[in-house]
Amino acid sequence: MSAATVRTEPRSLVVVGASLAGLRAVEAARKAGFSGRITLIGDEPHLPYDRPPLSKDLLAPGAPTDPVTFRSHAELVDNLGVQLLLGTPATGLDPDARVVHVGGEDVAYDALVVATGAAARGLPGTEGLAGVHVLRTLDDARAVRRALDEGARTVVVGAGFIGSEVASAARERGLPATVVEALPTPLARSVGPDLGTALALLHTRNGTALRCGQAVVAVEGTGRVEGIRLTDGTVIDADLVVVGVGAVPRTDWLAGSELPVDDGVVCDEFLRAGAPGVYAAGDVARWHNLLFDRSMRAEHWSAAAEQGARAARNAVSPAEARSYVTVPYFWSDWYGSRIQFAGIATNDGYEIVSGDPAGDEFVALYREGDRLTGVLTLNGQRHVMKYRRLIAQHARFDEAIAFARTVAPTRSATR
Amino acid sequence: MRIVLDRAKCTGIGICEALAPTVFEVDDNGELVVLSTEVPEEAQNEVTEAVEGCPTMALRLQS
Repeated sequence: MSAATVRTEPRSLVVVGASLAGLRAVEAARKAGFSGRITLIGDEPHLPYDRPPLSKDLLAPGAPTDPVTFRSHAELVDNLGVQLLLGTPATGLDPDARVVHVGGEDVAYDALVVATGAAARGLPGTEGLAGVHVLRTLDDARAVRRALDEGARTVVVGAGFIGSEVASAARERGLPATVVEALPTPLARSVGPDLGTALALLHTRNGTALRCGQAVVAVEGTGRVEGIRLTDGTVIDADLVVVGVGAVPRTDWLAGSELPVDDGVVCDEFLRAGAPGVYAAGDVARWHNLLFDRSMRAEHWSAAAEQGARAARNAVSPAEARSYVTVPYFWSDWYGSRIQFAGIATNDGYEIVSGDPAGDEFVALYREGDRLTGVLTLNGQRHVMKYRRLIAQHARFDEAIAFARTVAPTRSATR
Repeated sequence: MRIVLDRAKCTGIGICEALAPTVFEVDDNGELVVLSTEVPEEAQNEVTEAVEGCPTMALRLQS
């Protein structure tokens, strides 16, 4: 049989990427009744583990530094019948021959799920300088934790969510912390400039210095970081610098495969990438989300979990493929407060429907034209999923405002 | 089937409420309220999905 023969029933599934999306992919394939060979390939030596705790629980004093794993080695290998290739990054893909290159070997597939995630961007020129870290992997988190345990004066570069969680962890230990952001307002891309500024008040209220509109012009120190120099000439002393300036989808290993890549593996609404039998899921996937009729990439826990499962089901049963449609959702914990966001942050305006953006609690709704497209809450756990459902139902913005009036306000407004 | 919640693990992320809103609701303190401990016949699929999809593995089903 030639490699180009179209098989409707794949007999082997290869999943590249052994984090949440990859794990959910192999689980879902088995749950769907797939009985063929499954291979899970990961570059880290660890079993699939949960990433959100890396910037939260794991950084707390005295907390265990063992990863939160979802399934044991025995469960994966014996119960799910998954062949594990861990600590071995995939180095290439040949979609015509239907093989993935791993080390010097070729792993053949009928169906492939690409779930290689994203790599944290570093600070150029700081490679090899002790005390400068990104926070993406278990090993990164353990290094940051060690520095906090040693009482590091902490500087976070980039006012994003993960960096803000690190600043929060430093302050909870009473350590000095500074967040430096090159843009004039924090979190502008994620939640818009006004509400980004509102969330950043949490930093100043909790004793973290926030320096916006300041780029890092130099990292001081020989062998080990001693401080960072900002655009305005200020030097901030630091024993620990955590760089949280976003992540880049890991598509470098696909070079030469001719798989379409554009800030992620380009997929249709079924998570199908541009080659027969190839799907993508998680941070690496740029797919067409029919709910908002646009191409997007969601670097979030729930998207990784759901896309992994959907991509694998579509891959092993292509005749019953279903589109992946979602309202993106993420959460972040700062200084004991919970931030939640669902949907997409648009530029058409927002309205605070409960609480006060200068206070401890609020609910903000975003619009695009006359449609409700997003909800941001600070300590509004009771509210967020209700609006997420309205977004999924294509609710109009005025319907959401009317709904908000029927809901009891957040705690602060009743105090 | 009964829903068993491990409060020590639950942090009120709300994925369960998103999947099965008739059974799970997070309150303002971030505490999960299980509205019906017995799994309603008509919500079995959603509840199973919610239990399996819990980010902190705080939910399980007991027959």
